[in-house]
Amino acid sequence: MIAKLETDGQGGPTVRLFNGPPRPIEVSEEVPLEIHDLTVAYHKKPVLWGIDLSVPKGKLVGIVGPNGAGKSTLIKAVMGLVSLSSGWIKIFGLPYKTSRTRVGYVPQRESVDWDFPVNVMDVVLMGRYGHLGLIQRPTRADRDIARESLEKVKMLPFANRQIANLSGGQQQRVFLARALAQESDLYFMDEPFAGVDAATETAIVTLMQELKDRGKTLLVVHHDLPTARNYFDMLLLLNMRVVAFGPTEQVFTHDLLQATYGGRLTILSEVAHEVKQRAT
Amino acid sequence: MKTDVRTKSSALRFVCRWAALVLLLLGAPLCARADKIGDVSDINILDQAIRFFTFQDPAVRYALIGSMLLGITCGLLGSFLVVRKMALVGDALSHAVLPGVAAAFLWGIARDPAAPKDPLAILVGATIAGLLGTVFVGLIKQTTRLKEDTALGMVLATFFSVGVCLLTMIQRLPSGNKSGLDKFLFGQAAAISAADVQLMAIVTGVAIVVLLLFYKEFLVTSFDAGFARSAGFPTVLIQNALMMLLAFAVVIALQAVGVVLVSAMLITPAAAAYLLTDRMHLMLILAAVFGLVAGSVGAFLSFLGNHLPTGPFMVLGASAVFGGAFLFGPRHGVVARWWRQRSRARRVRRENTLKSIYHVLEQREFQGEGVSLNELAQRRRETIEEAKQQAIELQRYQFATLQEDGDTIFLTPEGWERACSIVRNHRLWELYLTNAANIAVDHVHDDAEKIEHVLGDEVVRQLEKRLDYATKDPHGRLIPSVSDLRKGQSPAERPAEAVGYGRRL
Repeated sequence: MIAKLETDGQGGPTVRLFNGPPRPIEVSEEVPLEIHDLTVAYHKKPVLWGIDLSVPKGKLVGIVGPNGAGKSTLIKAVMGLVSLSSGWIKIFGLPYKTSRTRVGYVPQRESVDWDFPVNVMDVVLMGRYGHLGLIQRPTRADRDIARESLEKVKMLPFANRQIANLSGGQQQRVFLARALAQESDLYFMDEPFAGVDAATETAIVTLMQELKDRGKTLLVVHHDLPTARNYFDMLLLLNMRVVAFGPTEQVFTHDLLQATYGGRLTILSEVAHEVKQRAT
Repeated sequence: MKTDVRTKSSALRFVCRWAALVLLLLGAPLCARADKIGDVSDINILDQAIRFFTFQDPAVRYALIGSMLLGITCGLLGSFLVVRKMALVGDALSHAVLPGVAAAFLWGIARDPAAPKDPLAILVGATIAGLLGTVFVGLIKQTTRLKEDTALGMVLATFFSVGVCLLTMIQRLPSGNKSGLDKFLFGQAAAISAADVQLMAIVTGVAIVVLLLFYKEFLVTSFDAGFARSAGFPTVLIQNALMMLLAFAVVIALQAVGVVLVSAMLITPAAAAYLLTDRMHLMLILAAVFGLVAGSVGAFLSFLGNHLPTGPFMVLGASAVFGGAFLFGPRHGVVARWWRQRSRARRVRRENTLKSIYHVLEQREFQGEGVSLNELAQRRRETIEEAKQQAIELQRYQFATLQEDGDTIFLTPEGWERACSIVRNHRLWELYLTNAANIAVDHVHDDAEKIEHVLGDEVVRQLEKRLDYATKDPHGRLIPSVSDLRKGQSPAERPAEAVGYGRRL
């Protein structure tokens, strides 16, 4: 092991390099997510370009932008699901690997096979897996947490239901329950409102508010502009780069939305295309 | 509830009857075969089966143990292929191992021409070749626009061709003992040696232990790889471990099943298990059991047929298991589905007859209790014979009694209650459609004809509440309500407006 993370006597984390003396590292509790000069490319084609972002604690942040703006990619980059071309990302002042147990994730519903032979409880328990060591099985306490999470999304009566026999809204709630079971401080949700019924949408919004009130930070990819205005404290307008980031009332303006969705930025995607052509 | 239990038990009886028939059909050709076996023709099939499955015969002992072990391993690991939608990968992997097997054989000849077949060398060679194949597939997928299925198809064929060329070369070599080499294509359980069984046992043990220890990791990465990675699981490592174990499984199955068919032993038992259960751990257990059964049955049939190739028999055994699951699966099976549809159709017919009896009674303002078959037939626009059949059906379910002369039907209290509830469902739904959904009065009847049979108690209660406990349907007829029904059953409490209910008693 090259670098080892430890806790010193005062409780602050330190890092030890090559078995040298422990050195304290700066931990900024106030910044759940900090992104510096992030560039991500798929098959050499840039999709995110020089992203700088600093998300304050206890905020409900909506990520909006047109198709192909890199909304999902941004989340995936944070979780280490895609490799970065440049830049760095810190979660609570630490690299993702170190603080991943403090991060909860709700992927897009279509990303999994809902015919998979598991029931609702099995899926929600997976939220606890990140807290368990290798080989370790979920304990009774984990099951209790999973059950509480199901209760919060009103899906407890369905605990033993096979996941294929659920409606789209119910499936989304199962994913939310799994994220709740992760007991995280920072949540990333990829289009949790896609294809759900009105009742589920309201339930999700209420749940997000509750989480926020408990000091959690949430970043939510969202497609619907009119509701975005009501749901979120802060908006991140994204179109390959950060067009604007700030409190909803300041950012939700005609000009900024025009800049996000309008034609002015297409030059970036043209250049991205060029880059790909040259590279391959 | 009562009808539920009855449906279940009759379905069970039905399935048992069918299963017995299938067993008989399967058994018949065996009996016909038995006299064809040269050295054991004087022994009947039962004795042979006993001799085979009790491990008495040292000649077949290794074959049977080996076949069982490979069945278990293939079933377990194949389950993950099926749920990860990687069945084709299994096919490619099994074909890709052939050059490795041939290379190991060549190495064996160079080392010791008398006994070139070294199980460990074959395991190593085959695993390397198999993994190399999957690496090529990955490379093609990443560097070109081609999709995985195309890459798999090409790599599979290429590796297989190389393997066949090498095998032909070895066959033509002047020196070396080549026995057993030709068995790699279609498999021969009898070629399994003590050393092979040892290796198979080790591989099976490793597979079981790894799956037991890392079940959680395999489950989460198979279900949702993105989430698993975000939670810190090394998905690539786990995927590679799975491929490695699969390569081992293919290698130990190679002797008995053969390169050509080994992927079927990975997929078919797992596919059968997938049809039967909704939980991964149960699927693993079932697939292992099915693999074991298919393996041993295949080995037995090959043994009966005087050492015919084992692979096809094992695969057919697995396919038979799959066919059984497909047809007779308790939840998703064809027969069960057909049975459910049939009993649903019959229930709807019963309920419609009850409803017609109610209508007849209602028409004569509930004067007199019995309804003649003639009246019923007219109402249902059926022949008297059909009406009688329905009456007998109702009698069977204790919803009605047929009078001695066989011409008049009397509803029992249960039948009466059921008839009222169907009419209530119908009229409530009509009212709901007209009042709440603004559908024209003359459009609602056909819809209600279907919905009346599916409304549950809870929904009916909600409807009643929503409609403010209405007493009349859109056509002005009375809706039999639950409370009226209860009151009606005791004549003393019968309110004046609860038309007809009291006359039942």
